[in-house]
Amino acid sequence: MIDKIAGLVNADARLIQRGRFVDTTFMIAVGDDCTLLRIQEGKVTRVTPGPFITPDYSFCLRASRSVWEKFWQPLPPRGFTDVFALVKTKLMQIEGDLHPFMANLLYFKDVIAAPRKQTVTRQATR
Amino acid sequence: MSPRFEPGFEPILGRYLHLDLLGKPHRLYVEEAGQGIPLLCLHTAGADTRQYRGLMNDERVTANYRVIAFDLPWHGKSSPPAGWQDREYQLTAPDYVQVILDIADALELDKPVVMGCSIGGRIVLHLACQNPARFRALIGLESAPYAEAYYDLSWLNRPDVHGGMVCAGVVSGLVSPTAPTHERWETLWHYMQSGPGVFKGDLYFYTTADGDIRDKLGQIDIKRCPLFLLTGEYDYSCTVEAMLGVAERTGAPATVMQGLGHFPMSEDPEKFIGYLLPVLEKIRAL
Repeated sequence: MIDKIAGLVNADARLIQRGRFVDTTFMIAVGDDCTLLRIQEGKVTRVTPGPFITPDYSFCLRASRSVWEKFWQPLPPRGFTDVFALVKTKLMQIEGDLHPFMANLLYFKDVIAAPRKQTVTRQATR
Repeated sequence: MSPRFEPGFEPILGRYLHLDLLGKPHRLYVEEAGQGIPLLCLHTAGADTRQYRGLMNDERVTANYRVIAFDLPWHGKSSPPAGWQDREYQLTAPDYVQVILDIADALELDKPVVMGCSIGGRIVLHLACQNPARFRALIGLESAPYAEAYYDLSWLNRPDVHGGMVCAGVVSGLVSPTAPTHERWETLWHYMQSGPGVFKGDLYFYTTADGDIRDKLGQIDIKRCPLFLLTGEYDYSCTVEAMLGVAERTGAPATVMQGLGHFPMSEDPEKFIGYLLPVLEKIRAL
């Protein structure tokens, strides 16, 4: 799913505009599988799959694979619709320097949830 | 609200009420529509009366109810009290109760129904405990007796993060994923317009011992003042489970609203009113 994020975000002009001041690298951890996503001017410019020895990133969203799979469903079940819902139930941790994340919260929520669109598109074209 | 193709006014009338609240003069924005049983509506934290726009524009509601909503001090078009620049806003349970009682008195409401959502849903539990004789009935939307903060609230008011954007960002996930897009973003717009620190100040009541009413739920007597509970299935702040816990402790009837989240009256007014109308009919029959 993470490999789809760059294409989906970079094809969304409105989302890029919302994140036009974002310049950071963040991590998504799906279980033990970690991926770094480089964001520049609202676009995903590099996606680097782990493992890493000394990863350099601002913040990380960490959850089990089964949690992410539910989160990325086109219509997630209740409790899995938002990263904060998962943080509240301790199914997700958001770690590190949260400033870029909180200062651009609406942007990052849509970036992280972007694979939901991919699922919809794939289902619609079947 | 459905799109309007011809220019036209809504039936809502808004005015500014001057009154003393908590020992200080206030200029308070109040709006209303309809006639009949007074239904005093309380908005969520960091928001304002516009959340009830759908209700006030629905003749099925306003035919029998005088729907009234006010912006809490510091919220919407109500001013903060003079000297606000020298203090930090913080809502407390005693102040919130007093404000509601004083406004009901100032408007000369005869045993109104009070309906509140989120912080408003919490305070109706306090009203049910403390002032049951004052009200015809109480309606708690997204009523939880307590809510723990699940993120650092200081993010909501700091100069290096846009307050409106972060408040909207925080609450965006509380809207049902099935809510109509334009109502979702109208709801978030209200959060984007809130004054600095107001949402955070409301959450003092919501997330601390100040507003925690778990130990007093046993004091609620729904025979003295009927209490109705409705919660959206997607609300992860005031959860369905929390509402059912209140229902179990008090005997109040509880409804899980499918396809709705934390802001039912604003995020999907049409769907919400479908759940509310049977409750309003029951209250009329009391």
